[in-house]
Amino acid sequence: MSEPSASAGIDLHAKQVRRFRLQDMFFHHSTQLFAFVVLASLVGILVSLAIEAWPSLKAFGPAFLWTNVWSVPDDQFGALAAIYGTVTTSVLALLIAVPISFGIALFLTETCPVWLRRPLGTAIELLAGIPSIVYGIWGLFVFAPLFAEYIQPPLQAVLGDVPVIGRWFSGPPIGVGILTASIVLALMIIPFIASVMRDVFETVPHVLKESAYGVGCTTWEVVRNIVLPYTRVGVIGGIMLGLGRALGETMAVTFVIGNANRINGSLFAPGTSIASTLANEFGEADPGLHISSLFALGLVLFVITFVVLAISRWLISRSMGSEGL
Amino acid sequence: MITINKLAKGSLAVAMGLAFSVSALAADITGAGSTFAYAIYTKWAEGYQAKTGNKVNYQGIGSSGGVKQIKAKTVDFAGSDAPLKEEELDAAHLVQIPTVMGGVTIVMNVPGIESGKLKLDGTTTADIFRGAITKWNDPAIAKLNPGVALPNLAITVANRSDGSGTTYAFSNYLAKQSMAFMREVGAGNTVNWPANSVGGKGNPGVAANVEKIKGTIGYVDFSDAVKNNMKFVALKNRAGNFIVPSQKSVADAAAGANFKVKGMAPDLLDQSAKNAWPITTATFVLAYEKGADAAKQKAVVDFFTWSLNNGQKEAAELGYVALPPSVVKMVEAEMKNIK
Repeated sequence: MSEPSASAGIDLHAKQVRRFRLQDMFFHHSTQLFAFVVLASLVGILVSLAIEAWPSLKAFGPAFLWTNVWSVPDDQFGALAAIYGTVTTSVLALLIAVPISFGIALFLTETCPVWLRRPLGTAIELLAGIPSIVYGIWGLFVFAPLFAEYIQPPLQAVLGDVPVIGRWFSGPPIGVGILTASIVLALMIIPFIASVMRDVFETVPHVLKESAYGVGCTTWEVVRNIVLPYTRVGVIGGIMLGLGRALGETMAVTFVIGNANRINGSLFAPGTSIASTLANEFGEADPGLHISSLFALGLVLFVITFVVLAISRWLISRSMGSEGL
Repeated sequence: MITINKLAKGSLAVAMGLAFSVSALAADITGAGSTFAYAIYTKWAEGYQAKTGNKVNYQGIGSSGGVKQIKAKTVDFAGSDAPLKEEELDAAHLVQIPTVMGGVTIVMNVPGIESGKLKLDGTTTADIFRGAITKWNDPAIAKLNPGVALPNLAITVANRSDGSGTTYAFSNYLAKQSMAFMREVGAGNTVNWPANSVGGKGNPGVAANVEKIKGTIGYVDFSDAVKNNMKFVALKNRAGNFIVPSQKSVADAAAGANFKVKGMAPDLLDQSAKNAWPITTATFVLAYEKGADAAKQKAVVDFFTWSLNNGQKEAAELGYVALPPSVVKMVEAEMKNIK
């Protein structure tokens, strides 16, 4: 009597194990599928962009990247003005945003009174949640007129006659333009860079900092010689993350960049970016080379952003790896 | 008891409502296209639904989007600011009718000059908008405006940065006035504006740039100019009169045009009537000659017949200009081809 019941017990056990294994396999495969859906759509986007951009790439060749023409009536397209605007506004935005974010992160981690830390940190993170169109509307209706009235004329008066730099501040002060777009972009990326910087600053072991303070270092010396070297890679990663966001920002830039498809040496002059050109022209684009060139622009932006984000991911992961030093 | 009664009544009403919406579903129609016409079509749709219970759903996705949609047979009608040519209509088996008109106005922000006090003619306007005249006190502008104190101020041209029917009409008008404009700037939905230009998205974007930047001149739809209380430029028309845009001057331009052409899209630019506003446009509806669903085809005809006869007041209130009654009659005749 004991024999069959024992075998039934083993059977039951084996059955259960099989069921668990099946469940595990199902779970593994379905989650894997989800992960691959993302990957597949990424590849799909890249491929469909390339297919749609093909007529334009065939017509203009690699010269598309460095030709400064964007003429819809003549069916002549080159991406240089849009690439110039995208890169200039993003780099300028970084030049403005990085020192400010650095200051914010330092204050929050090193010198801020403990009771203020949470509300201030939360406020900065909330800034990151404001939709970009709000920044754009604010930039166009509030910031640009003030900028044209109170900031551009003095800037021109002081710097206008300086050789080389003077050229950057020439032209009528109309409020919208490359510099305005850069400032609005800077405001938008500060919360991102500041919160990444704060997070990596917090990874510095207290023992290190306290021993530095213990031998009589000032706060600045601790930051320069302990915090920064320890977190350098993570800081760069955060900056790149901000750059990635600045490169692809669409609506806010469209509102304040002035939307003129040309390269003008002045930072006060209107310009265009890849994303704003797409936002402006896609809706009513003529079929043929025009729409294909817009897809080509999209492809260029995809590649630029992809490279920037890949570098930033790599840097951040390296920084996280050295955390347990 | 009362609550049960209420419940019963309520569910009866819901059931009736369901039954009603199911029966009405057949006649619900969908349109897409022109953003310019969006405000009036949705307004008409409201009135039409209140009157007949039939729903009209219109999406302002842009004129070329609308044309794409109707060619792909995904909508019941399309709105387009740029009329299709006769061959295109024939090839796609579409009927085209005008619904409302509008004017493209020239607006400015020049300190010290009131609305309607600055006079320009076609060639001078073209020279300004191609960047050949760059100062407000240029002799060419001064000659047309004796007695007006023109400031020594740089001109900034405010243009549409998005492809648009407004740009299409405006650039085509200027291209007619000046070969140089045609050559340098071109004519179309998106053109090559000069070096002193600044682009704004949509009519509101251009309006904002003109209001915020001193020394700007730009072009916006009549309705947006009125809404934003902007300063008009008086433009010399073909008859030689300086016209300030108004409902009447736009209607005068249409009254002189011949709509008896296939597609009902005569060139409304630069009409010769005495008080005609030179940059007058119409917006069009495209529908199938033979649709798959007869009920929907009839609903399209019913909707626009009702709108053209009952919706003129709403059109005027929103800043559009109604079609002259003679043209409405012709549109009704043309709609007999929508089967």
